[in-house]
Amino acid sequence: MSFDFSSVFDQWPLFLHGALLTLELSVVATVAGFVIGTACALALRAGGVLGGICQVYVEAIRNTPLLVQIFLMYFGLASLGFHLSAFVVASLSLTVNVGAYTAEIMRAGLEATPAGQIEAGECLGLSHVQIYRHVLLLPAMERVYPSLASQFVLLMLASSVTSQISAEELTAAANYVQSATFRPFETFILLAALYVALSLVMRLGFAALAFVLFPRRRRLRMATA
Amino acid sequence: MSDTPIIELRDVQKSFGTLKVLDGVSFAVARGQVAVLIGRSGSGKSTALRCIDRLERIDAGEITVCGHRLADPKLELRALRQDVGIVFQSYNLFPHLTVEQNVTLAPMAVKRVPRAEARATARDVLARVGLADKAAAYPEQLSGGQQQRAAIARSLAMQPKVMLFDEVTSALDPELTAEVLRVLEQLAASGMTMVLVTHEMGFARRIADLLVFMHGGKVREMGPAGILSDPQTIELRQFVSHELAHAGQ
Ligand SMILES: Nc1ncnc2c1ncn2[C@@H]1O[C@H](COP(=O)(O)OP(=O)(O)OP(=O)(O)O)[C@@H](O)[C@H]1O
Ligand SMILES: [Mg+2]
Repeated sequence: MSFDFSSVFDQWPLFLHGALLTLELSVVATVAGFVIGTACALALRAGGVLGGICQVYVEAIRNTPLLVQIFLMYFGLASLGFHLSAFVVASLSLTVNVGAYTAEIMRAGLEATPAGQIEAGECLGLSHVQIYRHVLLLPAMERVYPSLASQFVLLMLASSVTSQISAEELTAAANYVQSATFRPFETFILLAALYVALSLVMRLGFAALAFVLFPRRRRLRMATA
Repeated sequence: MSDTPIIELRDVQKSFGTLKVLDGVSFAVARGQVAVLIGRSGSGKSTALRCIDRLERIDAGEITVCGHRLADPKLELRALRQDVGIVFQSYNLFPHLTVEQNVTLAPMAVKRVPRAEARATARDVLARVGLADKAAAYPEQLSGGQQQRAAIARSLAMQPKVMLFDEVTSALDPELTAEVLRVLEQLAASGMTMVLVTHEMGFARRIADLLVFMHGGKVREMGPAGILSDPQTIELRQFVSHELAHAGQ
């Protein structure tokens, strides 16, 4: 067999568009998922009814396939009368998905805080909110940062399945190109290369963020992502 | 020095489950005084100290600290904690913050002190504990003795009226112990009211205005440092000779 990438390369605007949408999807889900996941981790730590609800959410998400979650969200919302675009549904379901994993990771990070440090905060007169902010959250995040970053990169790769509900992300773009060019192998080689590039972009982004967020790691030359 | 005590424990009772840890503990510390709690492991020294900062609630009796009645249901816990500084054996510095940030955090967050002022105070207290040149270091870059002195500086920056120390040198080797004890002695000389738990008998003898010997959750003997030379009870006599044997003297 012979490779011919030229007809596939000709479709670069479609690939670029798809890659940008995948990135957008990933950034939205990362940011929103981080906020939801962290809030859940705090609720899990506090226990109570809210903690119980978060526990159910986390377990439900971690024990069902992402594609099923996407279908449930897509057809579920439609049957409730919400007709949202495929992109919005994709963002929502990816957010809900990564939020659950973030909750689990952040909970582990929070639990690893030595009790003595929380007590030191209390003894200095810090309020509960101040203890969460200054003593618990940032060190917890620093502790689990590599796991968090990997989870978010995984999410970007997993966003590929949202092509199933015709969200116009990168995989959907590739599907279109291969059917238009009849060059599936070349198309998917290029697609894989583009996902590698996106992963690198995200990892670089996380490394840069760590540089800003965790000055200690910078000073002590500790590994980040 | 005023005569009304700044810290007063009256007939304090405290149990953990069925274990009675404090059984009628009473003592009082006047402003500017240094009280030293001594006694065997498990005699209730740490628990007594923790009760003074309301880290443990007592079952009965009364504790008054800087005018705060700890049994008062309307007790302003954060106000109490601003008046009382406490330092533990494990320094518990915040690892992600520099020494200076450790010291400025509480004044800025709790007392709303402006950053510049907080930093000036930090420089001042760090100089007092001999760490002026370590402001920018992270805790893990310091020796144990330096970390402990940084923890003392962090407490001092809140300008407490009373300082509590629980075996702050127990994790340190002799050389580092000496530098921390020097800081404590300077602090005592500056007029700070202090309650400390220590196994360093020589140090206790030097620094104590009031020695409180605890045994089985009770104050067995109490008085000026001289009580160590002339124990009235068999328990204190045994304790003193045991400690001297362990100090290798
Ligand atoms: N949180 C707790 N829960 C249950 N038991 C406790 C708790 N804290 C202390 N105890 C028990 O109370 C008793 C007194 O403990 P405490 O720490 O006050 O002794 P101590 O005099 O400080 O001893 P050491 O010299 O070993 O530090 C011990 O028997 C200890 O096991
Ligand atoms: Mg103790």
